[in-house]
Formats: sequence, C-alpha cells, structure tokens
Amino acid sequence: MKKRKDILDSNLHTLPPEEKIIALAGNPNVGKSTVFNSLTGLNQHTGNWPGKTVSNACGTYTYQGQIYTLVDLPGTYSLMAHSAEEEVARDFLCFHQPDAVIIVADATCLERNLNLVLQTLEICPRAVLCVNLLDEAAKKQITVDLPQLEKELGIPVVGTTARNHEGLEDVMAAVARLTQSSSPIPPMKITYPEPIETAITMLTSQIETHIQGLNSRWVALQLLGNNQALYEKIACLAGEDFYQDPTFAPLLTQATNYLTEKNISREQQKDMIATAYVQQGEKIYQKVVTIENDDYAKFDRKVDRLLTSKTWGIPMMLLLLGVIFWLTIVGANYPSQLLSKFFFTAETWLLAAANSSNLPLWFTDMFICGVFRTLGWVISVMLPPMAIFFPLFTLLEDLGYLPRLAFNLDKLFKSCHACGKQALTICMGFGCNATGVMGCRIIDSPRERLIAILTNSFAPCNGRFPTLIMLANMFFIATYQGWFGSILSAAIVTCFILLGLAMTFLVSKILSQTILKGMPSSFALELPPYRKPQVKQVIIRSLLDRTLFVLGRAVSVAAPAGLIIWLAANITIGEVTLLTHAANFLDPLARIMGLDGYILTAFILGFPANEIVFPIIIMSYLATGSLIEMDNLFQLKELLLAHGWTTTTALCTMLFSLIHFPCSTTCLTIKKETGSWKWTLLAMAIPTLCGILLCILANLILKMLLALG
Amino acid sequence: MERAPQQPISNSPSIKPQDMKLYQPLHLLPIGKKATISHLQLKGDMRRRLLDLGFVPDTAVQCLYRSPMGDPTAYLIRGAVIALRQEDAEQIIVSF
Repeated sequence: MKKRKDILDSNLHTLPPEEKIIALAGNPNVGKSTVFNSLTGLNQHTGNWPGKTVSNACGTYTYQGQIYTLVDLPGTYSLMAHSAEEEVARDFLCFHQPDAVIIVADATCLERNLNLVLQTLEICPRAVLCVNLLDEAAKKQITVDLPQLEKELGIPVVGTTARNHEGLEDVMAAVARLTQSSSPIPPMKITYPEPIETAITMLTSQIETHIQGLNSRWVALQLLGNNQALYEKIACLAGEDFYQDPTFAPLLTQATNYLTEKNISREQQKDMIATAYVQQGEKIYQKVVTIENDDYAKFDRKVDRLLTSKTWGIPMMLLLLGVIFWLTIVGANYPSQLLSKFFFTAETWLLAAANSSNLPLWFTDMFICGVFRTLGWVISVMLPPMAIFFPLFTLLEDLGYLPRLAFNLDKLFKSCHACGKQALTICMGFGCNATGVMGCRIIDSPRERLIAILTNSFAPCNGRFPTLIMLANMFFIATYQGWFGSILSAAIVTCFILLGLAMTFLVSKILSQTILKGMPSSFALELPPYRKPQVKQVIIRSLLDRTLFVLGRAVSVAAPAGLIIWLAANITIGEVTLLTHAANFLDPLARIMGLDGYILTAFILGFPANEIVFPIIIMSYLATGSLIEMDNLFQLKELLLAHGWTTTTALCTMLFSLIHFPCSTTCLTIKKETGSWKWTLLAMAIPTLCGILLCILANLILKMLLALG
Repeated sequence: MERAPQQPISNSPSIKPQDMKLYQPLHLLPIGKKATISHLQLKGDMRRRLLDLGFVPDTAVQCLYRSPMGDPTAYLIRGAVIALRQEDAEQIIVSF
C-alpha cells in the first residue's frame, strides 16, 4: 500500500507553515482563471492556458500581511472522479486539506454550478462561494439573492465580477476570516434517499474514530461505492489495517449487505447519489434565483444558430481562422523587418566593438556570428507573429468560440473514431504542441486521448508558422504586392493548416483501425455562453504567459544551438566542415524529398526547437560561401536561389516543416503524459514517415508536371 | 432497467388525450421543442457524466441546434447548453 507521502504533491509541503493554502474550485468556463489571475497577478509559478487548466497552477497573494497560496484546481462538473481532472481536484480537497476553498460559480448558470458547490462543501466546508459574472447576469436580467444563498449553504457568499476586479476584496476578506477562525465548521449535509442514509449511519461513528479531518458521511459513501482508487488513499489516512479493523470491517460488510438486501446495485447507488446533489441544487436554485426575462439567452442563441448553421457554420470557421492568419501575416511583416534591421545594426556595432578590443577573431566570430546572429534571427522571426497570433487566439478562446469549433467538427472526428474535443487540442497545438499534448487531458477516453496526442504535431505550432508564412511570402506571392499578396499568403497558410487537419483525420482513422482499435466513446460538450473578452487582460496575459514563455524557451535553445551550429560549420575534417559532412550524408534522401542535405540537417538540428530550423539553413548557406546582408526577404530569397532553391524546394520545405517529428519539449511532454517511450517514439515516427512520404510524392508530382509543361 | 414503451402509455378512457405522454428517445426531439427527461438507458461513465450535468428524471430539456454536419445536437438543460451525439441522445428517454 502506498504511503501518504506518495500521494501528496511534495512541493507544497516545502512551503513555510505561515502560508495559508487556498484551493480554487469551479466548473469549466465560469471565469475561474480570471479570479485566479486577478487575485495572484503576476505571482504565478506556472503559466497556464486560460480555461484549460490541466494541472494545478499555483500563485500567491497577500492580504493584510498574510500570504496565501492559491492552488487553481482543474475546472470540473463534479468531484465523483469520472475523469483524471476530477480525480486531481477531489484528491487535492481530500488529502491536501487546504486551509480554505474558494468555489467560483457562474451567476448566469447557477443551477448547474450548485452541483459542484454541494459536492465540494461535503468534503471541504471551510469555503467561500464566489458568484462570478454578476455583470453578465445583470445584463440577462438574472438576479441572485446572495444573502439567501448564504443562508442555504451556510458559507460566506460573495458576488463578483472578476474581470473588473469587483468583489475580489470581499472574497479575500471572507477567506481571511475563515482561515483565522479555528472553530470547526460542520460539513454540508446532503440528504440521500433511503436505504443509503441507513447504510451511511451504520458506518459514520466508526469512521470518525479512525479518520480526522474528513467528513465521515462522505467517506462512508465512498466506501459503500467500492471506489478502489480511493480505498487505498483513505487507508493511508486511517492506517493500513483500517479495513481489517475488527470493529470496522464487520460493519462495512453489514452496511454493504444491507444495500444488497434492499436491491440497490452499485449503479443505482451512484444514480441516487448524483440525483441527490442535482435535486438539492435545484431546490436551492429555485429559492435564490429570479429570472425576469425567460428569453435571456436570445443573443447567444442567435449567434450560435449562425456559427453552427448548415450553410454558414463551416465557411465562417474557415473565414475566422483565415482572418487570424491574415492579421498575423500582415501585422508581423513590418515589426519583423524592423527587428531584423535592429539586430543587424547591433551585430555590426558588436563586431566593431570586438575588433577594437583585441578579442581573438575566432571568439568574436563564434559568439557574434554564431550565437548572437541565431538569437537575433529567432527573435525577429518569431516574436512578431507570436505577439499577434497568441492574443488573437486567446480572444477567440475567451469569446467562447472554440467549443463551437468542436461542435461543428465532431462528426468528422467521430467518423475517425476519435473525439470532437480533439479539435480543441489541435487549436492549442497551433500555439505550442507541448501545450496541445497536455491539453489532451480534456479527452476522457484513454484511447481517444492517445490518438489526439499522437497526431497533435500535425497542427503547426508557433515555431513553424513563421517558416510557413515566410516561404509562402517569398516563393508564391512574390509577384503580388500589398493586401492582395497578404490575402494570398494567408490562403496558402490556411491550405497548409487544412492539409495538417486532413493528415490528422487520416492518421487518426488509421490508428483507430490498427493499433488503437475501438469505437468512438460518448461525449458531452458544453457550449458556454459567449462572453465579452477582456481585451486588455487577454493581451497582457497572452504576452506574458504564452508569447514570452514560448519565446524564452526558443531563445534558451537557440543560443547554445547557435554555438553548436557555428562549430559544426567551422570545424573541418579533411577540408570539409562537419555540417557539410552531415549534409552530404543526408543529401541523397533529401534530394528524393525535394530538399537538400542542408535543409534536412537543419530539421534534425532543430529538434530542440522548431524555431531554429530556418536560421540553421541560412547559417549553413552563409558559412559555405556567399556572404550577403540579411536585412530583407528579397536578399534572403537571393541567397536561397543561389543555393539551388526552386518553388519545389520551398513547397517541400513547407511540407516537411508542417509534418515532421515534434520538438524535444513536445516529445518529453508526450513521455510524461503517456508514461511510455513506445508511444513517444510512435509520436515521432508517424509524422516523420508521413512527412517523408508526402515530400517524395510532392517532389515527384511537381517534377513530372514541370517535365510535361 | 426496463425499456420505456414507444407508444402512448395508456389508452384507458379515463386519461384525456392532452394528458397522454409520448415516450421517445431524445434525438427525435425536433429543434426548438421541449421535453421532460423520463430516464436514461446509458451505462457507465456517460451515465455518470450526464447525471452530473443534471440529466436526471423530470428535468426539462430543449433541443437547440444541430451541428452543420448533422451531429451532434445541442440541448438546453438547467440553463446550460450541452452537445450530445445521436447515439447518446438515443439512450435518453423523454416525454413530450
């Protein structure tokens, strides 16, 4: 049997004892992340994706001199542990025993939210309910009688509009009062129908003598439900011989037999418990909520009917994605050029400074032409598209559009025996595949989750977007300038995205008919109300959490990679550089794929981060001859053309950039999520093989067309 | 659990026609129409999940819209919009 220590997350125990631990619980899409962000500000340990919290993010805030550590639990509908996320949330509440819980609920959908509130209060009565989105509720003419709700639940209830910081002061005050008082708070009593009540009563007094700090009624309920995973964890609290205890063991058997005698199966028992929560929630809801306008969701319905309509649903989806890519392309162009000019000027200054300071030539060359130039490249090519794409995408996410995307596309995923929620993980993958892979936790069925993980790298992440955009700009629309050109380039990028999607479907289908055989499982997807996005918040958060995080990773990889590449390009064995050796070795395969040896080498060297693939290509071309100034796309194109690039080369490079092995961070995440090297290797092998085959195919077809034409 | 009759439950003359309830699977509910949940025939995790979302007997449910590809369908239940696939909706028996 496991020790208690194994279950508990070790890093929380290293906190100084005076820090109070506060858990933050709530349904998905209730603004929980907003509450978390507003309370903790920038004091967060891990950046997370709003609305998609998949692991416990922690942050701190100080109120009246006291430091509080806020732990953001995954958003769940229930604590009955039907999914990994629910288990994480429940285990934290049960076994970490936080000093208090803040439960966030949506004022516009309180009835459904009360289900989780009641379940949480049953485990953790030291709680504050934060009825959020009061402004939305007011707009919809929904009123919540907060004092009455407080009376019904027996805990402090605070109305908030977290995005405007309204009411958060009161939440902190309520939490402070709760954590300062040491008087015990009786847990919420949910009344279950007979004969469950009788069975619970048979056990509670014995449980109380063995387990402190957990609601004995709740523990009794779990033991009666024969929840194996929880069995062991409860035993860790109660002592290993709990189930063999001579006074307790016969009682448990007796209570279980009692339920069997009354013809209550485990299934029925679970039904009755779940129904009890819902019905109690309904009763409270009817007492506290007044809806003045029955048609309060008219606007949402109207928008939904348009966005999911038979005629407009799919075109609107393509248009939205297209517009986002277009804005990214157009918007990124100018700052990109500005940045690369800046870095080029800086490089010249640095070289001049280095020359006058008598540093050895190899040293300045290595650090300025190797490390600094690669860094400059990565930043000027990566930063602008990310700084535009991430906020735009977060806006779409905040608005509530992404679940509609899953709704529109679910049938396609189902026909591949996969889950519609995979559409969401693909969207996360556009930002960063590692995040996308982690996001796959929202898919409940393990088989479908594996499919989503294995195919996530078909969604081009932000490390690959700039390469696609740049090559599309250079080789396919060079003759068109201005807005028409940018639309064309957005269209080309969108086509590549669609190709990635098509590959996702194809590979998902093949997987579910071979190694991951199985039928599509059930799914229930919430389409949350549309929300006015918090533009300022979104920009700040997506810049901090996503852009800087991804850029920071890219830069930290780019600097040493720049060094290694410089060395590879400058160390010679038998008059030929290491890089050329590698390129020559890979050249035959690369030629068949429509690439050249240097490009393929760059993809392999770019394994740590896709961002550095293109800089490596350029560096290796520069190191092997013609040296030109690299301050605009035309000169870059000249360089590529001088090294034998054709439209076919560009197309195949784009193809392979879209479809090849995921980067090292993603691979490590896959290993962590699947717990197996086998799946990690497969996740690398599948896209690599697909990429090689597609490139060969494209190369052959284009060569044939050119020969005919 | 026994299967619900697909026909009117009773033809006895004491029940007026407007009181007669028609038991049907949820996926047959036309868009815009409302019904009341009678029982779930689903098993396992999906049953649990739907109960958590408030799909318990005697709950009102309204069919809102269908995906452009014909499946899944979105339903309004207890103030929330939940999309279900046809094969799951088939297992939810409603009266309307």
